[in-house]
Amino acid sequence: MKVLVPVKRVVDANVKVRVKGDGSGVELANVKMAMNPFDEIAVEEAIRLKDAGKVEEIIVVSIGPAQAQETLRTALAMGADRAILVKTDETAEPLGVAKVLKGVVDAEKPGLVILGKQAIDDDANQTGQMLAALLGWAQGTFASKVEINGDKAKVTREVDGGLQTIDLKMPAIVTVDLRLNQPRYASLPNIMKAKKKPLDEKSAADFGADLKPRLKVVKTEEPGGRKAGVKVKDVAELVSSLKSAGVI
Amino acid sequence: MQFGLSEEQRLIVDTTRAFVENELYPHEAEVERTGVLRPELIAEIKAKAIAAGLYAANMPADVGGAGLDTVTWLLYEKELGRASYALHWNCVARPSNILLAGTPEQRERYLFPCIRGEKSDCLAMTEPNAGSDLRSMQASAVQDGDDWVLNGTKHFISHADMADFVITFMASGEEDTPRGKRKKITAFFVDKGTPGFSVRDGYQNVSHRGYTNSVLEFDDCRLPKQQVLGEVHKGFEVANAWLGATRLQVAATCLGRAERAFGHAVSYAAERKQFGQQIGKFQGVSFKLADMATEMKAANLLVFEAGWKYDQGTVTDEDMAMAKLKATEMLAFVADEAIQIYGGMGLMNDLPLERIWRDARVERIWEGTSEIQRHIISRALLRAVGG
Ligand SMILES: Cc1cc2nc3c(=O)[nH]c(=O)nc-3n(C[C@H](O)[C@H](O)[C@H](O)COP(=O)(O)OP(=O)(O)OC[C@H]3O[C@@H](n4cnc5c(N)ncnc54)[C@H](O)[C@@H]3O)c2cc1C
Repeated sequence: MKVLVPVKRVVDANVKVRVKGDGSGVELANVKMAMNPFDEIAVEEAIRLKDAGKVEEIIVVSIGPAQAQETLRTALAMGADRAILVKTDETAEPLGVAKVLKGVVDAEKPGLVILGKQAIDDDANQTGQMLAALLGWAQGTFASKVEINGDKAKVTREVDGGLQTIDLKMPAIVTVDLRLNQPRYASLPNIMKAKKKPLDEKSAADFGADLKPRLKVVKTEEPGGRKAGVKVKDVAELVSSLKSAGVI
Repeated sequence: MQFGLSEEQRLIVDTTRAFVENELYPHEAEVERTGVLRPELIAEIKAKAIAAGLYAANMPADVGGAGLDTVTWLLYEKELGRASYALHWNCVARPSNILLAGTPEQRERYLFPCIRGEKSDCLAMTEPNAGSDLRSMQASAVQDGDDWVLNGTKHFISHADMADFVITFMASGEEDTPRGKRKKITAFFVDKGTPGFSVRDGYQNVSHRGYTNSVLEFDDCRLPKQQVLGEVHKGFEVANAWLGATRLQVAATCLGRAERAFGHAVSYAAERKQFGQQIGKFQGVSFKLADMATEMKAANLLVFEAGWKYDQGTVTDEDMAMAKLKATEMLAFVADEAIQIYGGMGLMNDLPLERIWRDARVERIWEGTSEIQRHIISRALLRAVGG
């Protein structure tokens, strides 16, 4: 079985994000970029499935600017086998991305697509679900455990109030949550090998899709600063102030 | 010459940085507080470093290392250098290059186990009466039939308490030269447990807590001739051939630590308010940042240029001396200014700054003092004009 793992290049989680002067978005010039942390977890899960003999080939795909090649190389250095860069200078929006991914799935015929549950840039949390709808495949979102048995995937999902376990008929879509695994370091020997792994450059049109923006960004602004809190001397005062604040 | 990083170099920097931040930083406070690096902690981090291919990555690929070129190796050293020395040196060891000079049997016995993380090495040259002037060493090796008998004392020997063996340099005779008599030096492998060889605790050191130093005593320590490293009487030749780049290693680790201190200082300058504004808005503070950044850049350029020339085979002793001199003095300056920008908080051990400041001190002393580096640089300048 082939597994497809989409990976996104986003602002590094440790960077303090700043809004651009004109409010059109966040500042990306000279900012450290990295693989979306949820996508690292997705790549790691694919590698573990391969190590367990459930998967033969791991294909990583990124939709983004030329520099997204760096993100793909990181995935190859972690252990993916082959990469596809769908190059675009448009902002990648969930539906456009899902349409391109559908094209990639039609071309590559993976038995499983593992995605991050969301990208930490706009936190949309939509791509996996949209892809499942476009393909008409089963989906297991927010996975904290994945087991593959023949043509079934058993996925433990982190849902409000606890865990839910579902069986999916393959082929299927899985989106991963934070606690699924701890991604490995790209090891030095694998970094050296990654250079020789294939990385194909394609366009959205090659997959019969387009990435024209479907959304319009009206304005981007910083969240308001936190107001200073108050100190309470005991539980009774805490409860009464929560009541008067209308919280309880 | 090009200044950008290749894709591969960038990945190596990223992976090393992530390892240092996730696996080493969390243990720094413990090592600082206790002054001890627990063996279980070493074992735990070492296993992760081996899995990530970071352990002994300085070694060539054909002996099981990462096979990095000099520039890439220095990038890796720079990232490791961000963390506590005790942690990165003992848990992500870089065995001495001089082990590559061994015979096939010596490689089996010493080199490969060090690369696999099963043994660790240490290197002994310095003596109480022979520091910068190493050639004046008094510890001696005398031939007796097929054996050598070693006598004398070495001190300041890093991590000798943890090492499984030492590579020690001993005076093995004297020769006449046009400039008078000169000692001949031979290098030996000495295993822990060899009769007549003992290791005592060294001194408490202001820099690099948890990174121990020891005193080594040789008292009629008898070794078979197979323990000689390189040729008899050619100890310094072996050292010069294989240890040349260790000065660049020291320099590179300083670059990483300076960058870490600077990162703290620049964010604090943008955060801390006094007199109703960010302290970074005061020129007295912002100009410090400008000078720190400029010094750091200059040191980076010197270190990586020397590394690049090392790979081209055109590096000179002066190039490496300049890189070591600049990087170590830059670190002292940057660490000091970073503390100044923090004010009192900079001296408290909540932040790594007071440690970086203390740790910076030894860098201008070991691997050749700043004066010795200046001596190397100026000697070359004068020789060129017949001086
Ligand atoms: C923590 C630590 C760990 C160490 N680890 C090791 C180790 O693992 N193995 C090892 O072999 N050694 C080790 N050393 C020794 C280190 O390399 C020496 O300390 C260093 O070479 C300087 O020698 P010294 O301390 O004897 O100083 P000295 O050589 O006595 O120097 C004293 C002063 O005189 C100056 N001076 C000396 N000669 C000249 C000159 N020609 N021109 C101008 N000024 C001069 C020096 O610059 C210095 O300022 C370690 C040292 C320390 C502090």
